[in-house]
Amino acid sequence: MSSQRPSAWYAVPAFAFFALFAALPMVLVIYLSFTAWDGLGTPQLNGGENWSRLLDDSEARASVWRTLLLMVMSWLVQTPIALLVGVWAAGKQRSRAVLSSIFFLPLLLSTAAIALLWQALLEPNFGAFVGGPLFLGDPDIALYTVVLVISWQFIPFHTLLYQGAARAVPPSLYEAATLDGATRVGKFLHITLPQLRYTIVTSSVLMLVGSLTTFDTVLILTNGGPGTATRILPLHMYITGFSGFEMGYASAIAVVLVVLGTALSIAVMRWSGFRSMSSQQEGS
Amino acid sequence: MSRRSWVRPLIAMGLVAVTAVVSACGTSGPGETSGGALKIWALEDPVLNKIEQKSIDSFKAGGGDASLETFGNDPYKQRLRVAIGSPQAPDLFFNWGGGNLKEYVDAGKVADLTSVLDENKAAKEKFIPSVLDGAKLDGKNYGVPMRGMQPVLLFFNKKVFTEAGAQPPKTWDELLTLVDTFKAKGITPIALAGTQAWTELMWAEYVLDRFAGHEVFKTIRDKGPEGWKDPAVVGAMTKLKELIDRGGFGNAFASVGYDAGGASTILAQGKAAMHLMGSWEYTNQLDQSPDFVKNGDLGWIEFPSIPGGKGDPSNLVGNVSNFYSATADSKNLDAAKKFVTTTLHEDSYIEALIEAGDVPPVVGAEEKLKKSAHPDYASDIYKMVLDSKNFQLSWDQDLPADKATFMLTQLQEFFLGTVSPQQFVDAVAAR
Repeated sequence: MSSQRPSAWYAVPAFAFFALFAALPMVLVIYLSFTAWDGLGTPQLNGGENWSRLLDDSEARASVWRTLLLMVMSWLVQTPIALLVGVWAAGKQRSRAVLSSIFFLPLLLSTAAIALLWQALLEPNFGAFVGGPLFLGDPDIALYTVVLVISWQFIPFHTLLYQGAARAVPPSLYEAATLDGATRVGKFLHITLPQLRYTIVTSSVLMLVGSLTTFDTVLILTNGGPGTATRILPLHMYITGFSGFEMGYASAIAVVLVVLGTALSIAVMRWSGFRSMSSQQEGS
Repeated sequence: MSRRSWVRPLIAMGLVAVTAVVSACGTSGPGETSGGALKIWALEDPVLNKIEQKSIDSFKAGGGDASLETFGNDPYKQRLRVAIGSPQAPDLFFNWGGGNLKEYVDAGKVADLTSVLDENKAAKEKFIPSVLDGAKLDGKNYGVPMRGMQPVLLFFNKKVFTEAGAQPPKTWDELLTLVDTFKAKGITPIALAGTQAWTELMWAEYVLDRFAGHEVFKTIRDKGPEGWKDPAVVGAMTKLKELIDRGGFGNAFASVGYDAGGASTILAQGKAAMHLMGSWEYTNQLDQSPDFVKNGDLGWIEFPSIPGGKGDPSNLVGNVSNFYSATADSKNLDAAKKFVTTTLHEDSYIEALIEAGDVPPVVGAEEKLKKSAHPDYASDIYKMVLDSKNFQLSWDQDLPADKATFMLTQLQEFFLGTVSPQQFVDAVAAR
């Protein structure tokens, strides 16, 4: 124990929490996914029945697709807006500070409040768009509406990330570029974007994994409806488990979610070279 | 880092985890419930909970001890599921009777109250027999009614009907004609809160009942999902589809919510002419659009008959009542039995329910209802229930939870037009 590192004792609380609130429940859920349990009495092992049912369940398949669609669309909508606004807000003028703080307001609202707010705004008889499209009532557009609400909620957070990162870009890089006669767009493309690369990765991982587990917004906003148009996988799990009380089958869906989420974050890390990340600061 | 230095943190970690688990259990260990106060769980309701608390107070005055805990609708169903059979289980729990209760009875979690009701004739004979039967399974009583009766009625806006020179519909064909009448005037014929599938379920229940009689659903419930394949079900759903396709519910219903007040408000404002809803709609309107009710513009009738249909036009669907049932493993079973046979049929309790706008499930309440704050409405409902040939509990309460959940989803798809009557039947019959 001659190393300068802190003693392993420091990790005990974190490990204990992880074991109690993450590892243990996960093991239990995997066990439950091999049982039939309606919440009454004791779970009965039923072999791979839940899993073979999952393979045949067209509703589960459809909800996986909806989840992936939601994820990709959320990323496509949020990333460009958050990036541009973040870089813009990193400037120094006073108006930006005021505008930015207004822009960050959604970040202060709770998810439930946001879902209820938009539900009221989009109500077909009394909302803000009476006579307009049925944003939450038309199965063809409801999922896109959900993407917009989620984006409205989370763009400010990601903007904050980009704003911080953009402020950390060394001004000397821009000064040198200005001397070389670079345009504003040129500076953005060749200095800002590459410097923000790891922030983009971080923000994307948060966004993608976040939208995989998005639940509360959709539950309150549409409850998966109309019909099943916005029933994403976490919601399908919830409805199966806590309305239908098919706990065993819902656990199998939960395991799929865990696997998807883990695979996704590993993939993003690998693909972006995040693990070999090194500082791009000058002199380091 | 040496291997030893890993060992101690791991042990410590294990200890922390064990301590946490043990202390979590310790606060509600099995020892506490025995001999303590009677633990009663009910659904949250600001008005009725106060009355239920009063019944507890009078039970306490008689030497007993009890406490009431209340929960919102969905959390209640989940909490009860998890708690039943555990040391945290209540001694008495609120339920809807029917298939909802049957799941708990089948699991052996509910106490048989038949003998205690037989011994307490005064209590047993006070309740309307058909309502008491709502919690009767295989000839045994598993629950005692504790709230009012809630049949589903067709509410309508009298003013809108007068302006259109129309009469409330007595038959299905009149209803279809009214759809055209109101559409021509730019009024949504029927308000429907379609974000919640149970509002759509009321339509399916009544149409099948009037079209084919109440026995069809009883077969489905008692003999399994294959019962959906009775040709009468497709026939009834086809009738309902006619109403939907004709624009009976307008085109925005899929994003209108009941809890958010959408459907009730358009009825009160005259933007919609009719609204099929449980009897609680009256108190709801009184609360949210008091003038609408006080001006006498809110009308109500029984569901129209279907010409040539087999169902008795007096048949009702809805919540027969709510029940208290005792848990089989309760350590306070004697106290629980005493509670349900002494407090729930008492005059003071019944009068308090009437005062709150409920129509209690007891015999001989006519005079009391006439003196209530809303005599016409309360007397009408009471009479409807007494006169009805059959009072069918809402299907989603009467079927096992997994089947009900699936059916509700299919029904929403049906109302959206993405699933045909035949596809609906095929899907629910396959479960």
